[in-house]
Amino acid sequence: MQVEQTLEARNEKTLVGFWIYLMTDVVLFATLFATYMVLRNSTNGGPSGSDIFNLQFVLVETMLLLTSSFTAGLMIIAVRKSDVTQAAWWLIITFILGASFLGLELQEFTKLASEGNSWQHSAFLSGFFTLVGTHGLHIFFGLLWSVVLFVQLIKQGVTNNVSRRLSLFSMFWHFLDVIWIFIFTIVYLMGVIV
Amino acid sequence: MKKPLATYVIGFILSIFLTLLAYGTVTSHSFTASITIGLIVFFAVVQLFVQLTFFLHLGAESRPRWRLVTLGFGVLVVAIVVFGSLWIMNNLNYNMMHSPDKMQQYINKQAGF
Repeated sequence: MQVEQTLEARNEKTLVGFWIYLMTDVVLFATLFATYMVLRNSTNGGPSGSDIFNLQFVLVETMLLLTSSFTAGLMIIAVRKSDVTQAAWWLIITFILGASFLGLELQEFTKLASEGNSWQHSAFLSGFFTLVGTHGLHIFFGLLWSVVLFVQLIKQGVTNNVSRRLSLFSMFWHFLDVIWIFIFTIVYLMGVIV
Repeated sequence: MKKPLATYVIGFILSIFLTLLAYGTVTSHSFTASITIGLIVFFAVVQLFVQLTFFLHLGAESRPRWRLVTLGFGVLVVAIVVFGSLWIMNNLNYNMMHSPDKMQQYINKQAGF
């Protein structure tokens, strides 16, 4: 009993430490949001948000990421039950949804760049690509992380280490969905209004 | 947190609802621009609380509530950085908004220094 409690306390410490890392990431995104919002009207004669954003497309992206955040939660429930098969399946589904999100985002980026609206065109586009691209980069590393954890889950089963790492991953994934809510609202929805 | 599945399902449904609500508010064009912006920011903040509660279980944290404390600090920094930048840069834009003639006059006037 004593040993189990200290193990749990140690896991909790790791989770809080990871949470503090996430808060520093919040600060990083805050600076990028501030930059974007300051520069959003500096289009240098080029397109503004309402010219280039396809809201339906972005809504699909949003739903994909939201659903993958949900399935990451379902994965954690399976981990709590020590159900390796179910946890592995939810992790795969989370990965597929996340990868689809990233694929759509890259498609949007390449389309913009091929139309001559790359980050070099205006301060607005620089801010846009930096903010949304940084989020996409986080998603990319999250996907890599999920692959590593998948291998560990299959090879080692639900041990204390694997379970803690999966909890950290799900925190990271939920966090990225929270950041996306604000990208969706501030960049895309507001970009279309004005 | 007695029923973990229920919390995730509730959080998921509420998040979808709020996302569609924000989307509908913008695409239906039923409000003026400033009211629309106010509404969608409100929906985003509500969804932030929904996800913090149902996905990240912030309410179920045991004391001392370090996550809540560090989140509070994070929000403070975000507010200072974002609103501070917008405030300063808008003022800057406003004060720099002279016609070319006026700017030339100003430069000539400052030439002595």
